[in-house]
Amino acid sequence: MRQLKRIATRFAAGVGVLWGAATLSFAALHVTAGDAALATVAGDGANPTQAVLDRVRADYGLDQPLWQQYLGYLGRLLQGDLGESYQQRVPVATAIGEQLGETVQLALSAALVAVVLAVGTAVLTARRRPWIRSAASGTELVLTSFPTFVLGLVLLIVFSFQAGWFPVSGNDGPAALVLPTFTLALPIAATLSQVLRTELEEVLEQPFILTARSRGMRDAGVRLRHALRHALIQIVTMSGFVIGGLLGGAVITETLFVRRGVGQLMLTATTSKDIPLVLGVVLFAAAVYVVVNLVVDIVYGLIDPRVVTA
Amino acid sequence: MTAITVPAVLPERRGHTAARRRSLRPGVVLGLAFIGLLAVAAAAPGLLTAHDPLEISSAGAFVPPGAEHLLGTDQSGRDTLARMVYGARSSLVMGLGATAIAVTLGSAIGLLAGLANRYVEGAVMRLIDVALSIPDLLLALVVITLLGTGTVNALFAVAFASVPYYARMIRAQTHVVRSAAYVEAATALGLRRSAVIRRHILPNAFKPLVVLATIGVGNAIGAGASLSFLGLGTKPPAPEWGNMLSLGIQYISNDPFMVIVPGVAITLTVLSVTVVGRDLRRRTEGRS
Repeated sequence: MRQLKRIATRFAAGVGVLWGAATLSFAALHVTAGDAALATVAGDGANPTQAVLDRVRADYGLDQPLWQQYLGYLGRLLQGDLGESYQQRVPVATAIGEQLGETVQLALSAALVAVVLAVGTAVLTARRRPWIRSAASGTELVLTSFPTFVLGLVLLIVFSFQAGWFPVSGNDGPAALVLPTFTLALPIAATLSQVLRTELEEVLEQPFILTARSRGMRDAGVRLRHALRHALIQIVTMSGFVIGGLLGGAVITETLFVRRGVGQLMLTATTSKDIPLVLGVVLFAAAVYVVVNLVVDIVYGLIDPRVVTA
Repeated sequence: MTAITVPAVLPERRGHTAARRRSLRPGVVLGLAFIGLLAVAAAAPGLLTAHDPLEISSAGAFVPPGAEHLLGTDQSGRDTLARMVYGARSSLVMGLGATAIAVTLGSAIGLLAGLANRYVEGAVMRLIDVALSIPDLLLALVVITLLGTGTVNALFAVAFASVPYYARMIRAQTHVVRSAAYVEAATALGLRRSAVIRRHILPNAFKPLVVLATIGVGNAIGAGASLSFLGLGTKPPAPEWGNMLSLGIQYISNDPFMVIVPGVAITLTVLSVTVVGRDLRRRTEGRS
């Protein structure tokens, strides 16, 4: 029962966040609506008459009272209608849908690589000799300080231009996915691994670890079976950070490697002032964040019952 | 969604002795030295280079590093070192300016949430939740879509994207301080509410802000360079590390130096500021 109530509260909070995001998005659209009507008819120095402008305003529903426009906007959002792109003349949802596959592929492979690297490094280096820990945390510090585009360029120079192992750009095949994946994954992996090691080191000092060792359990077993299980919870709580890193990083990574995807779409929309498309991508990102956090919250309550009773 | 939050600053391991805390680590010294170098470059670029960042050298384009041009010249024959030195100012202005705006706005919002009644607090916190649900870079891109591209707008974009973090931290800190014994004592002694806020709550709520803002300067420099790299911030021919890098990509196969130099500079800057910020945290946390 408690579990259900907790999930319901979280769900309501998530809906609240999305509603807030939608309201802000509506406000942004409304403030810029005059430009929108002009942008539609004023391409290439045209000089629209008042009648034409009025008709465009009516087409966009800009002549209705504000609350009606707002309710209409929310209603359309609920049906998955994010409006129409100013530049591409297609529904925003369609534009995002066309590019989504590539970005999901990139983001998922990067997330996988990041988690595997972070867990591996943390398990291997937690509570080891000082120089091993320093080497690992030094590497992590440098990796988190690399702006995504610089890291990507380093990988490009070393593995594409010098070694010639991977293609420089494009979307074709798994080989083209490798460098973008690592560009996106390494900074995330570094942050996750820092947090995970701190957590692991705390867990490894707990009495139940001593108990396990006194039963004659091997070090590897203690780390993987006992310590990691506790420490992984910390990783789960960082999913919001991971999503932000993946979606923000996708804009830069896709630009650098000249890949199709939502990030590239977002950048094109920003430069061409395609406000509905920009807001559509942002709302989509917020929705992904909310859904993933909700799932994480539910899973978290199942793994660790203390969360529910607290 | 408030239950799941990323720690803004990573927890540090305990067990440092007082002596170790006071000692200066070599990494921190190097970081401070590099920041000092940047400060000199920003304040008096003429001290570090004799060339003008826009002047086209008679030696021509793609000159390799040598006595006349220490880091060579770019595709138009401009001195790379001069462009780097003058670019330091853009980076520092971006880092300090964006952070100053973000800290000011964030503190005002955080204090409002922390000290006002719970309805105001609830509304402000929900707004912060909304902002935090959107990746920083996407938030910055929204600001740029609305304001337009350019140096100043990029600075505002970077600033706005980090406001929610400062607001959330100040609000949480205000709560901690507000229920501290010395604030209760001050109230019990009959101090006016405004005096309690000014004399006790404000100074203590702002303590951890210094550390967060220091690390924030590094992040803002990286974010500003990213925006210029994407072609949304400072535009060529103005010397800026991010746009130098994006220009250099076109010539990466015949002159990788044009990419490596600004890339190293940006990374070293962010790294130095982060190292110094973390050291600051180690010191302040040990004391309290």
